[in-house]
Order: sequence, then structure tokens, then C-alpha cells
Amino acid sequence: MTDSNRCAAPVFSMEHVSKSFGKTCVLRDISLSVRPGEAVAIIGPSGGGKSTLLRCATTLETIDAGSLRYGDLTVASSEGGTVTYAKGADLRAAKSRFGLVFQGYNLFPHMTVMRNICDAPIAVQKRPRAEVEAQARALIAKMGLEGCENKVPCQLSGGQQQRASIARALCLNPDILFFDEPTSALDPELTGEVLKVIRQLADEDTTMIIVTHEMAFARDVADRVVFMDGGLIVEEGSPAQVLGSPQHERTRAFLSRYSG
Amino acid sequence: MDITTMSGMLLSGFGTTLQIFVLTLVGSIPLAVPVALARMSKIRPLALLARIYISVMRGTPLMLQMFAIYFAPYYVFGIRLTPDSKWYACIVAFIINYAAYFAEIYRSGIQSIPRGQYEAAEVLGYTKVQTFFRIVLPQVVKRILPAMGNEVITLVKDTSLAFAIGVAEMFSTAKALVASQVSMVPFAISAAFYWGFNFLVEVAMGALEKKLDYYHD
Repeated sequence: MTDSNRCAAPVFSMEHVSKSFGKTCVLRDISLSVRPGEAVAIIGPSGGGKSTLLRCATTLETIDAGSLRYGDLTVASSEGGTVTYAKGADLRAAKSRFGLVFQGYNLFPHMTVMRNICDAPIAVQKRPRAEVEAQARALIAKMGLEGCENKVPCQLSGGQQQRASIARALCLNPDILFFDEPTSALDPELTGEVLKVIRQLADEDTTMIIVTHEMAFARDVADRVVFMDGGLIVEEGSPAQVLGSPQHERTRAFLSRYSG
Repeated sequence: MDITTMSGMLLSGFGTTLQIFVLTLVGSIPLAVPVALARMSKIRPLALLARIYISVMRGTPLMLQMFAIYFAPYYVFGIRLTPDSKWYACIVAFIINYAAYFAEIYRSGIQSIPRGQYEAAEVLGYTKVQTFFRIVLPQVVKRILPAMGNEVITLVKDTSLAFAIGVAEMFSTAKALVASQVSMVPFAISAAFYWGFNFLVEVAMGALEKKLDYYHD
């Protein structure tokens, strides 16, 4: 992240967000904002609310209270206990500002890599095919997927599939990219090649939130680390602070299991 | 009468059989889409209506449905039946009957598509209609092909039910020939025609499955 971005308006912010599934409270009064070019890593035990946070941010789940904002666009706001979501063109505009990379890739199995990447920019954003295909080819090269253009997902390794899904998300030119445990389904070797491209994106000041269990990766790549447990943000700060000298007992207990 | 003459007569009856077959598919394959969607709808009364429709269509004999559709205009609305009425009743009965079966096959296919596909489509900004036609439907087609093949083969044989209402398809011709010639040969020839045609259906379905074999999930 460059210094000039430090005071810039946040690309994404959520304020006082709460979410329950039935009687189980999964997110409690979460506030988080991300500035342009910032890479935020969210760590914490399973069931701590990390994935739900991303699912709420990407409107796959609705929030029970609080607000969501992408730049100047308000996606959800609450007043007097009810949450109102943006509709129609506003919601569509907001949705085009973020991308989400899934743990299980979720590529479209019947489409080639090229079509997986190009279909949404052409069909959703109505951009000219030639321009989209040129961008897709550049992304394919950047993700190290040369030669895979006309392959279908089942012909690719897990690492290649995940890199293709990153290219698919990037081709829509989002302002912020969310990663939901992008390497949890991969073996260590394939994990390395996926983390390498994410690291490259971070080096290019791509704004992103990464939910991850890779502590070393979070330490290297993130500008800020957020530790979540029990639906709360327990602790946040620079990687050195949170991972190096955690202030809270719960953070220490969690990290001690990784250091061994 | 020699076998060639009998075969010729049966073949002209087979033309009608083929018409029932093609018209039924052309009508029921698209009609089953809204039926399947209604069956899965969150709007309760619509889902219930589709459920009842499917239940009645699958739960009563096709032959009875043909008679019901044939006589309903006269008994319910007092409309005079014309010589063409039988044919229309036959086609309508086949279409709405097969649409019920196809709808259930579509439903099984649609519900087998993983939720992640819908979520990926939603995050990428596809509308619901785009998601259905670009992402869900192509995958459903591949998944339901074997089950559809089963139904299509059943349909070829079910066309013989049209004889009950007096539509002169191949089986009616065979029955008439058996009676007039006092010979079982017309039945044997018609069996060969049904089997031969179904063999072509199998080959066609096999080719279609192979065409979609370029990927697996």
C-alpha cells in the first residue's frame, strides 16, 4: 500500500453488522473498512464468522443489522432495526465493484477457461468481446495458465482451477477482491502456486480481503491482520502486532496452535 | 397378401406414429420447463397446482386421459366433435402427459446443480434468467440425458395407445391386418418397426451424450 492511499476514502466498509442463523449469532457488531490498495487478512478459528463476514459483504447472505458500503454506493443500511438493501441498478452497480474467489473455485464446468473468464464481462457488463478477450488473455498469462484457454475445468489441477477463478473475478475489474480460504482445498504444492499469484496481486496494490489459515502468508502479504472469534473482531493491527505480539489471550491461544 | 404389401401398409401407419412421436416431443419438452419451475416455485399455490397436475398425469392411464380430452369439449362445453377431434385429443393428451414426466426429470436435474454454481453466478452479476440459461440449463441437459432417453423410448411404444381412440397409427393398421389376413405376421413386422426405430433413438441419444462428454463435474 502506498502512503498516498492512507487517507483515501474506503473502497469497502461495513459498520455495526450483525448476523444470526436462527438463534446462533454469527456476527456481532462488526465494523471493518478497507482503503484502496490495502490487503487485509482475516484469521481465526473455524466457526468464528470469517466466511459469513465475506458472504454478507458479497450479499450472498443478508445482514440483520448494520450497513454495507462500496465507495459512494450504499448496499445496505439500517434504520430503526430494519435493514434496507439497494435495489435494481444500484445493487447491480455495487455488485460490479467486488469479486469473490471461493474455496471450492465454483468454475462453470461446461465452459472453457476462456469462456469462464469472458462470459460475465460480455453478458453482464455488456463490454465488447474483443476487448474482454484481450484482457482475458493477459490475465491468463499473468495467472500462469497459458495453454489452458480452451481446456475445461475438469482438465485442470486444483491450483490451476483456483487461478482461473481468480482471473474470472479480475476480468470484471472489481475495486476489491474477496478470497474465502482460497487454498483450503489444495495440497501444499498447489497452495504455493495460488498464494504466489495472490502475493503478486497484493504487490500491485490490489485491494483485497483474504480469509486464510496460512499464517506465514498473512504475515508476508497483509497490510493488516484481523483476528475473529465467536463472531467478534477480537484484535486487529499490523501483521507484526497481531501475529508477533498478540494482546488478547484468545489470539495467543489460537496462534500457539500454529507455531508448533 | 405378401409381406411386402403388408409392410407397405404398416409403413404408412408408421407415418402417423412418427407424427405423434415428433409432435409430442416438440410440445412437451418446452412445456415441461414452466411446469418444473412452477413445481419448484416458492409461491405455494403455484407449486401445489404443478404438483397436482403432475400427480394426476402420472397417476392415471394415458388412454383414459385421451378419452377425457376427446369427450370433454362435448360433455362440458357442448362443442360438436369433428372427425379431426380424435387426432387433436390424442396429441394434446400425449403432450400434457409427457410434460409431467419430463418436468420431474428436469426438476431432478435442476436440483442436482450445486449451490456454488448459483452463488458464483450471483457474485459475477448474472441475472436470474441469465443464470438459468447460461449456467444451469446446459449442465442440466447433460445430467438428465439418460433419464430422457428412457422416456423417449417409452414414448415410441406408447404411440400405439392412440389406437384406442381410433387414430390410425401403425398398431391400428397391424391389428386390422391381423384380423383380415388371419396372420400374426403384421404384429411381428410392426414389432420390428418399433424396435428398429428405438434402435435409432438409442444411437441418437448415445451421440448426444458423447457430444456432451467433453466435460465432467
